[in-house]
Amino acid sequence: MPRAQAPGMSAPALWRWTAAPLARLGLSGRTLVILVPVIWLLVFFLIPFLVVAKISLSEPMIAQPPYAPLGTWDGLRLTLDLNFGNYAFLLDDPLYLNAYVFSIQTAFVSAALALLIGYPMAWYIARSPEPRRTLLLLLVILPFWTSFLLRVYAWQGFLRSNGVINNFLIATGIIDTPLVMLQTNFAVYLGIVYTYLPFMILPLYATLVKLDDSLLEASADLGARPVATFFHVTLPLSMPGVIAGFMLVFVPAIGEFVIPELLGGPNTLMIGKVLWGEFFSNRDWPVASAVAIVMLVVVVVPFMLLRNAQARAEAE
Amino acid sequence: MTSQVAATLQKPWLDQAENPFVRIHRVTKKFGDFIAVHDVSIDIYKGELFCLLGGSGCGKSTLLRMLAGFEEPSGGRIEIDGQDMAGFAPYDRPTNMMFQSYALFPHMSVERNVAYGLLREGVSRAEARDRTAEMLKMVQLERFAGRKPHQLSGGQRQRVALARSLVKRPKLLLLDEPLGALDKKLREETQFELIRIQESLGVTFIIVTHDQEEAMTLASRIGVMNDGEIVQVGEPVEIYEYPKSRFVADFVGSVNILEGRVTEDEANFIRLGCPDIGAEIHVGHGFSCTLNQTLWYAIRPEKIRLTRERPEGRHNNAKGVVEEVAYLGNLSIYRVRLDSGRVIRATKANLSRHEDGAITWDDPVWVSWDDTAGVVLSA
Repeated sequence: MPRAQAPGMSAPALWRWTAAPLARLGLSGRTLVILVPVIWLLVFFLIPFLVVAKISLSEPMIAQPPYAPLGTWDGLRLTLDLNFGNYAFLLDDPLYLNAYVFSIQTAFVSAALALLIGYPMAWYIARSPEPRRTLLLLLVILPFWTSFLLRVYAWQGFLRSNGVINNFLIATGIIDTPLVMLQTNFAVYLGIVYTYLPFMILPLYATLVKLDDSLLEASADLGARPVATFFHVTLPLSMPGVIAGFMLVFVPAIGEFVIPELLGGPNTLMIGKVLWGEFFSNRDWPVASAVAIVMLVVVVVPFMLLRNAQARAEAE
Repeated sequence: MTSQVAATLQKPWLDQAENPFVRIHRVTKKFGDFIAVHDVSIDIYKGELFCLLGGSGCGKSTLLRMLAGFEEPSGGRIEIDGQDMAGFAPYDRPTNMMFQSYALFPHMSVERNVAYGLLREGVSRAEARDRTAEMLKMVQLERFAGRKPHQLSGGQRQRVALARSLVKRPKLLLLDEPLGALDKKLREETQFELIRIQESLGVTFIIVTHDQEEAMTLASRIGVMNDGEIVQVGEPVEIYEYPKSRFVADFVGSVNILEGRVTEDEANFIRLGCPDIGAEIHVGHGFSCTLNQTLWYAIRPEKIRLTRERPEGRHNNAKGVVEEVAYLGNLSIYRVRLDSGRVIRATKANLSRHEDGAITWDDPVWVSWDDTAGVVLSA
């Protein structure tokens, strides 16, 4: 009795019509799997990056779009007109250098604070019994279910002169005049640490939960007090999580725009704000692009150096 | 006289005046409702190599962890070298432990693993280096000092763990299934290595194992545990030849246990009526019991003789048919189904390479044993 034909295409038929012709073109399944993300990165990362790099080398002009073409083609002759003036301009005006330094400083301090706060939290979650662990992790990521913008606005309500914190402190008689918290660098640090803390906790948790209890016991057995065990065993073994968490906070914090805009004051000059100003207020796309390219280099180069150092340490 | 002194020197547990080095007194450990260790008392003497033997979940590892300080007893007292250990953290105890998983620090080289305990103790770097080197030499790993644990074989890791636990010269070394992960050949070598190290350093060892062969080879004394309790403590020979209960007889080595009722109770012999073998068992020594009391008779396979003819002058014998033969090289195991239906295990050493007319499958045979070969058990 012949077997009933399955609805749709059977697996061999599927193979005959899709994979087989591709295989004839020299595309194996493995290549196809890799090809998809490669095309994605190409279209949505590399090409836009090249466009921005191209704009950063052109002359600003009042037109649509607001920059001069990079070169001319008169039918026989290609003339390239590369303008490095935008980069020179960044070096000229201390505003940009200050913004870079301040951004990196802010991101670094915020990441360090997030590490100090996040490590004990991650440790506590990792050491909790199984069912409670799931609940605590859920609580860590729960804020993401509310809009990020809304949460930063909410901080305004807390930090304002007549906000929740000041009202409480005045009502309890601890202070007479309200503290200035909003529009300060303190508020920016607070906002960044608050927003990015889960990105610190999750990778730390992932490494700490894998930490073998018997290693901690072995350390204690060999005479190490808890503090010594932490610095000699726990911390070195959780370094991958520390580095990952630090990078996940540090990198986005450098280019952060919303938090300094909403919580910072006039003197919180972060590079994201400068970029916004150049692009939308000044409509100087070439300089804005140069700012973006320099920022990318500033972030990517140390990151690559770190990765290299890590790879070398692992190979040893 | 002198020989007796020598004997007590080697067997301090026989000397009433000797103070135990480790005193476990009525120790109990509960996890919630579960009683992991129940009312255990053991005295262990200086220089002993004491094995805690038992199946998984019998509480032997919990007992070891209480000695190391990782668990606090729910009741009872642990003394080491005359000092009550209650409230002492692991890092304040004169013990070191070799973990079942070895627990080597993966981010440190072999040398740093071994030196770790010394540096935490405040020993100078130079001295730590010398003592580490000396220890690595003892376990023959000098050449691997710079390697990381994941670059070593199982046997090498096991030796690093041993070196790390010995380098601080602990008064008491605790070993949790130390040879579990090794193959048979390596295990045998390491067993003798452990005994050599233990004798040359004079450290007291407490070893936890589920492997009765390992316990027999290593131990000066064995403590057999079952369900959180100590069921018997004794030298390997005692445990094997004079088990006190069916559990011990069955757990240590292989045994045939026959149930019987006392039919004759005399000063120098007793007889047990045993429907299992369809005959009476004659026991060549007295035993405090009453007529008709149910007792068990444990007889080891190697003490049973197989013959084609009915043996003469032997009280204990029964007729049957060979059901199975397992050839192990050095010996063969026979399963004989008696006429009563009961199966008896017997072993025979293979003394020659080829034997004409050897007993084999389906042969009718007689099993027999001396009247002092088995043990009478009341529990």
